[in-house]
Amino acid sequence: MLMPMLEVANLQKHYTLHGGMMASVFGGRRVVHALNGVSFNVEQGQSLGLAGESGCGKTTTAKLILKLLRPTSGAIRFAGRDISDLEGADLLGYRRQVQFVFQNPYEALNPRFTILRAMLEPLVIHGIGASALNRVERVADALRQVHLDPPEAFFMKYPHHLSGGQLQRVVIARALLVEPRLLVADEPVSMLDVSVRAGVLNLMRDLTRRHGLTTIYISHDLALIRYMCTTTAVMYLGTICEIGSTAEVIGRPKHPYTQALVAAVPDPDPTRAERVVKISDTVPTPLHIPVGCPFADRCPMVMDICRTVRPALRAIEGVRVACHLYEGPEEVH
Amino acid sequence: MALLDVERLSVEYQTLQGTVRAVRDVSFSLPPGRALGLVGESGCGKTTLARALIGVLPRNARITEGAVRFEGTDLLRLPADQFNDYRWRRIAMVPQAAMDSLDPVQRVGDQMVETIVLRGNLTRAAAADRARELFAMVGLQPDRLRLYPHELSGGMKQRAVIAMALALRPPLVIADEPVTALDVIVQHQVLQTLRDLREALGVSLLLITHDISVVASLCDDVAVMYAGRIVESGTVRQVFAEPRHPYTMGLRNAFPSLRAEQEHLVPIEGYPPDLAHPPQGCAFTARCPFAIPRCWEEDPVLRAEGDGQEAACHRAHEAPVLRVQAAEAFARLAGDEIRSAPREAC
Repeated sequence: MLMPMLEVANLQKHYTLHGGMMASVFGGRRVVHALNGVSFNVEQGQSLGLAGESGCGKTTTAKLILKLLRPTSGAIRFAGRDISDLEGADLLGYRRQVQFVFQNPYEALNPRFTILRAMLEPLVIHGIGASALNRVERVADALRQVHLDPPEAFFMKYPHHLSGGQLQRVVIARALLVEPRLLVADEPVSMLDVSVRAGVLNLMRDLTRRHGLTTIYISHDLALIRYMCTTTAVMYLGTICEIGSTAEVIGRPKHPYTQALVAAVPDPDPTRAERVVKISDTVPTPLHIPVGCPFADRCPMVMDICRTVRPALRAIEGVRVACHLYEGPEEVH
Repeated sequence: MALLDVERLSVEYQTLQGTVRAVRDVSFSLPPGRALGLVGESGCGKTTLARALIGVLPRNARITEGAVRFEGTDLLRLPADQFNDYRWRRIAMVPQAAMDSLDPVQRVGDQMVETIVLRGNLTRAAAADRARELFAMVGLQPDRLRLYPHELSGGMKQRAVIAMALALRPPLVIADEPVTALDVIVQHQVLQTLRDLREALGVSLLLITHDISVVASLCDDVAVMYAGRIVESGTVRQVFAEPRHPYTMGLRNAFPSLRAEQEHLVPIEGYPPDLAHPPQGCAFTARCPFAIPRCWEEDPVLRAEGDGQEAACHRAHEAPVLRVQAAEAFARLAGDEIRSAPREAC
């Protein structure tokens, strides 16, 4: 079997909250458990969607993969190699292979750089292109690929001259310029106007397929993930509660949390009946992680075991679910 | 008689780039007890319109034309102190980012009591009773009134703000993006609460949102705004099932849906026009696959198209045919190179 492009193994990220009068008086350290043992693999050419509500750890996962944060424990391997101790030229090489598109295109580009300068910079940093002219040609090609045509019209523009949709296209073009192997996109269209979202999504889908790119999309929007991803992982309080093919996870959700999440999405078609979601809307805090299943307090199907034993992911009908309702061999890490 | 009747309302902003015509000639009416959703993308004028209705526009904005009749009275012609009597008592607003509109250093209950005493001329004791009753009504435990805003979750704050808007039993509530910043499960439950409240209190609702699925789940009627104008209106079922304006047709294919069969999204090519320099004809022409020469020259007016549905399109009478072609036509247009000039930031 081929080696997965990205292996994430039992990843944990905890933050200790310092200061505060109460902490100094009582000596209690408060720890935010942002990630509590997340494991998944991403195969070459696959598109993985990380879904979940705010605070579930999806952006933390992305930042750890991009090496913007250090994990508390656990490992991330890219093409078989552990990335935790990468330095110097190796780190630069890793940064070239793993590119990202963030939510806010207005913050992703230096407001004082022209589009051309902003796009030339990664080429210079990574030593791509034989000459200055060749680099400019590469930038022009990249802009054309994202339908900013003619590219010369955008070279001397500053970010504030462009609309959000155009800026996000520039950000995508810049990410693809250095020929990465993995693209991480965190809420890539949620800041954009509704009528331009579809254009950006289609563009990302077409370009990543054409370049054979492996992608990770992070979004709270299940409809977007359903459209963009072949595999979906649903996260809850720093753990994965269900992962598998998108058709299964979104079409026939097994974990009670996934079921609630899918049912809660409002439908643009007014003729479809409203569904009932029976879980409470109090979102738990990552300051107090329950001993058992993290979802137990809100789960409509909760059993005694859920309060004491944390369920591991088990293979159930082609997907992997962390829930005591289902029986199957547990996975060990 | 309609509860709210907006007639030919126009609002302009004075900016460094010149005059921006944010709301252009907007008319609609809201019968008592109905819920109207005003949908459109950012910059289409929906928030400006809402703020104009209750007279809280920013300083550089000016209403150039039109009337806002509430229960027959034109609010825009009222002296400031009389207009003030309508706010909160007759028309309440749940503002955008409502969660941030609570005072962080006051207990939620104290803020509510203050509002009710000030606006409703109740005693503090009566106001406190009313606050408890309101909290229960929006699904919050009344003992939460003692908490500070930071002790409440986003969904709870949103419920608290909704409770505050309902404090004086206003016949009309204007809600600007009431569920936008909320997680999907919380959103679902706040929507459910709004639905229940509408039924229980018979309050009329003007809901402003960019999200057509929120309108679909909460409203009876919908008005679609584009570039400062209403381009289509009617009942939610009519407009979503049988759109008559190409923009509405385009929107329908541009959303990923969780349930519908959908192989490919069809974007609406281009960007909304710069309202500092609105185009001469229909504002949607540059992005419309069905544009004819007349569209570039003459801005269509909102016309009745039967069954209470209205559309501002020169080809609205051909809508049944255009609807069938829409997905393909928008896709073909998107394959073209981008025609509209980059939008200047204002």
